[in-house]
Amino acid sequence: MPSSATPPVITTDKLTKRFGHFVAASELTFQVAKGEIFGFLGANGAGKTTAMRMLCGLLKPSSGKATIAGFDVYTQTEKIKRRIGYMSQKFSLYDNLTVSENIRFYGGIYGMNTAAIRTKTAELLEELQLEKEAKTLVSDLPLGWKQKLAFSVSIVHNPDIVFLDEPTGGVDPVTRRQFWDLIYHAADRGVTIFVTTHYMDEAEYCNRVSIMVDGVIAALDSPTRLKQQFGLDNMEDVFYELARNAKRKAD
Amino acid sequence: MRQLITFIRKEFLHVFRDRKTLLMLFGLPIAQIVLFGFALSNEIKNSRIAITDYSKDAVTEQLISKIASSNYFDIQRTVQSATQLEAAFKKGDIRMAIIFPADFANDLVHTGKATIQVIADASDPNLATTITNYITRLVGDFNTQTALTAGRPLQILPEMQFLYNPELRGAPNFVPGVMALVLMLVCTMMTSVAIVKEKELGTMEILLVSPFKPIYIIISKLTPNLLISVVNLFIILMLSAVFLDLHVKGSILLLTFDSILFILTSLSIGLLLSINAKTQQAAMMGSMMGMMLPTMLLTGFLFPIENMPLPLQVLSNLVPSRWYFIIVKKVMLKGLGITAVWKETLILTGMCLFLFTISLRRFKIRL
Amino acid sequence: MRTLFFLLEKEFRQIMRNKGIVRLLIIAPVIQLILLPLAADYSVKNISIAVVDNDHSTASQRLIGKITSSGYFKLTGYTGSYTAALSMVEQEKADLALQIPAHFEKDLVRENSQKLYVAINAIEGTKANLGGAYLSSIITDFNDQLRVDWHTTGTATTSDAPQITVAASNWYNPYMDFHLYIVPAILVTLVTTLAAMQTAFNIVQEKESGTIEQINVTPLKKHIFIIGKLVPFLVLGIILFTLGLLVGWLFYGIVPVGSFWVLYISLVDYLFAMLGLGLLLATYSTTQMQAMSLSFFFINIFNMMSGAFTAVDSMPGWARAIVQTFPPSHFIRIMRMVVLKGSGLSDILYDLGAMALIGLVLNGWAILNYRKTA
Repeated sequence: MPSSATPPVITTDKLTKRFGHFVAASELTFQVAKGEIFGFLGANGAGKTTAMRMLCGLLKPSSGKATIAGFDVYTQTEKIKRRIGYMSQKFSLYDNLTVSENIRFYGGIYGMNTAAIRTKTAELLEELQLEKEAKTLVSDLPLGWKQKLAFSVSIVHNPDIVFLDEPTGGVDPVTRRQFWDLIYHAADRGVTIFVTTHYMDEAEYCNRVSIMVDGVIAALDSPTRLKQQFGLDNMEDVFYELARNAKRKAD
Repeated sequence: MRQLITFIRKEFLHVFRDRKTLLMLFGLPIAQIVLFGFALSNEIKNSRIAITDYSKDAVTEQLISKIASSNYFDIQRTVQSATQLEAAFKKGDIRMAIIFPADFANDLVHTGKATIQVIADASDPNLATTITNYITRLVGDFNTQTALTAGRPLQILPEMQFLYNPELRGAPNFVPGVMALVLMLVCTMMTSVAIVKEKELGTMEILLVSPFKPIYIIISKLTPNLLISVVNLFIILMLSAVFLDLHVKGSILLLTFDSILFILTSLSIGLLLSINAKTQQAAMMGSMMGMMLPTMLLTGFLFPIENMPLPLQVLSNLVPSRWYFIIVKKVMLKGLGITAVWKETLILTGMCLFLFTISLRRFKIRL
Repeated sequence: MRTLFFLLEKEFRQIMRNKGIVRLLIIAPVIQLILLPLAADYSVKNISIAVVDNDHSTASQRLIGKITSSGYFKLTGYTGSYTAALSMVEQEKADLALQIPAHFEKDLVRENSQKLYVAINAIEGTKANLGGAYLSSIITDFNDQLRVDWHTTGTATTSDAPQITVAASNWYNPYMDFHLYIVPAILVTLVTTLAAMQTAFNIVQEKESGTIEQINVTPLKKHIFIIGKLVPFLVLGIILFTLGLLVGWLFYGIVPVGSFWVLYISLVDYLFAMLGLGLLLATYSTTQMQAMSLSFFFINIFNMMSGAFTAVDSMPGWARAIVQTFPPSHFIRIMRMVVLKGSGLSDILYDLGAMALIGLVLNGWAILNYRKTA
């Protein structure tokens, strides 16, 4: 689990994004250590997705500094992209390709060779218990399976960090539990997890949690200490305590 | 009723939020009317030709200057050899070559008869026919002129009068054609895609489980497109009056009525397409790949229907735009009344009712 | 390069998996190419004529006989009243009306000159033009015959006026087969629709479903992604074109006079430009509806103005200048030149260059506009 000895894989310093006069994310400063599960919470419209898109190299920051896996988000986005995985809010696999074709495609895009893809595919299918569904079109899979598959595909190239944008939306509690097992498994192997979520029970699973309100990080610590700090029993109340003061309307 | 109005309002919002779709809805008719109205013309002018004069006498010089002064031709150059001629044709530099043989003058003086050789590039057969005709007429005129001075007898002089469109402009033919084409395609596509999109998004299911009656869903989907099309119609009519000097000679009321009938028919086709298509892409491809060219060709404004083989003539009867095109020509350009278009109006009414009933029924089955 | 392979593999799989789309993409155009040239026949042969014969003489009968036997005209009305004939034109029952005035024959002999009145429905300009031209040449012929006949019977004076005749020959299409002219053009319009629209749709679909986000966070290079999107439609375009040439040969007996290499080089050049347009439209669209609206806008204007069905030559200068920027106008020219006249590469350099230039502009613009980083 995270230790202060390992150098951080994500460092930001006053990272800011403005759209015209609107400040979507303001002076974000934090660090995430290798192998850490970092929860990124906030109400809709608080600026989570903007922050995440900057870190992934999809959006150029307006000011501030940030490095991902040691690379600069302004100048080295192409290098960053080789070291990260990403799973977006929207379902990100191709519906009209089969399970194994999707794995093969993304593996190929990340420059894996055919042999490596083949072993990786077998490994993934086994882990997900999807061996029988290898030739099934993704559109025919139940949503929970799709999400698990999407996660596995996002780390098919063994990235240093994986960004998950509300990965468990609309998924049943049992499958969510299984999903988090996959996340823990990945974190054990040293993959850093950066996850946004609306489920407060999921926040409890994280090593550390940051809560964004109106584009600013309002709180950042481990769930246990956050609860202590606010004198509340669960993360739900902590979140509510912070978010109810928000001025911005949810989108 | 309240529900219906709410729903129609929602449909309008969908349409007006999307500027790029509006570009197609309003931009296309405007651009087409203006571009086609000014640019398309049936009169063939300034055809590039080459002249080779081996005779070089007074008569050929006279003839050449006559050709040069007509605005049908644009003399590009004088070609010397057959190979040069072939090269010019292959490059597309010239459309026709006129050759005066070396013994032209000699023949004319001694036998009273001489022949000009004309070679047309018939890769465009109509152009070839037309410009060959021009030349023949020009030479005929020349003959007549010399004949008149020589006291030629028994002259029959045809006096030509071009009705409705004396300057042979393209606009009078293309405006009704474009109206038919644009209204039909836009209505069909907009309707089919709008409905299939709701199917794809899954919002259609929500509507279907609501107490909202299917007929209302259809009505509310069709209303915005109907209104937009009517607005489009008036924009087209206004533009052609202002820019092209093409005014509605007949009754505007009759024209509007028939137009609405035609629009409703097209909307019903869109409805039918949407019921059969599963994805937006399929709906669009159906209306673009499947309908665009057939509509363009079978409406009759590009190519005469009576020239088509019988099966296609029969098929063209099924294309609503064909009838609408006739109506517009008669009412707008010739100023005729209902007595002249009752048959076409009846056919459109029949088509409209038939298509709408079928699609309504099919729509219910799918629910 | 390896990533390109995986990208292409995926694109082809997706296209091939959707049987309905493949059918629409290939079979619909082929059927259209078989049927539509039959509809696009502008050889004027069925001009309907209403004759008002107020003379009822041998001369008027002979003239009518000559007109109906010419093969261009169809006698749809024979009345004694000019108003009746005009109303036939109004009702579209006749394209033109010819009036032979009373005492035509008698006055022709007496006054040595007579007029015939022709009223033509000029709404369809081409038909009017051709119809008028045919009719006047028939009348001139008739006039000449009359002169010879009556001259021999001694009714009129002799003439020493010289006679110049025109001997016309039609190269490249001696039988004036309209299909030769229209089939290459229809093939181009079909390829146009496929190339520009499908490219736009395909990319916008990824935008709409969100998979493009996923691609954007991968190290996949921008240009590789674009090439991966364009190549499948280039291949489809070539397949469709080849099928189209086959249809032209099987159904219309059209065998290109020029070389196939020239045709295919031009095709690739053309597809480069049109795929660029599709790409550009995709960058400006966020929904499939928008992509459709935009591509419909352009394709419709291309179809009408690029010379496929209408003559570019008779447009005013400004319009001709605009049409120069439409890639299909160049490709249609090339097709007709190579297929019918056997023109070689050196003959079509201008059009090839123009298409390449347009292609560069469109693709460059699209790439600038397509940004991975907002």
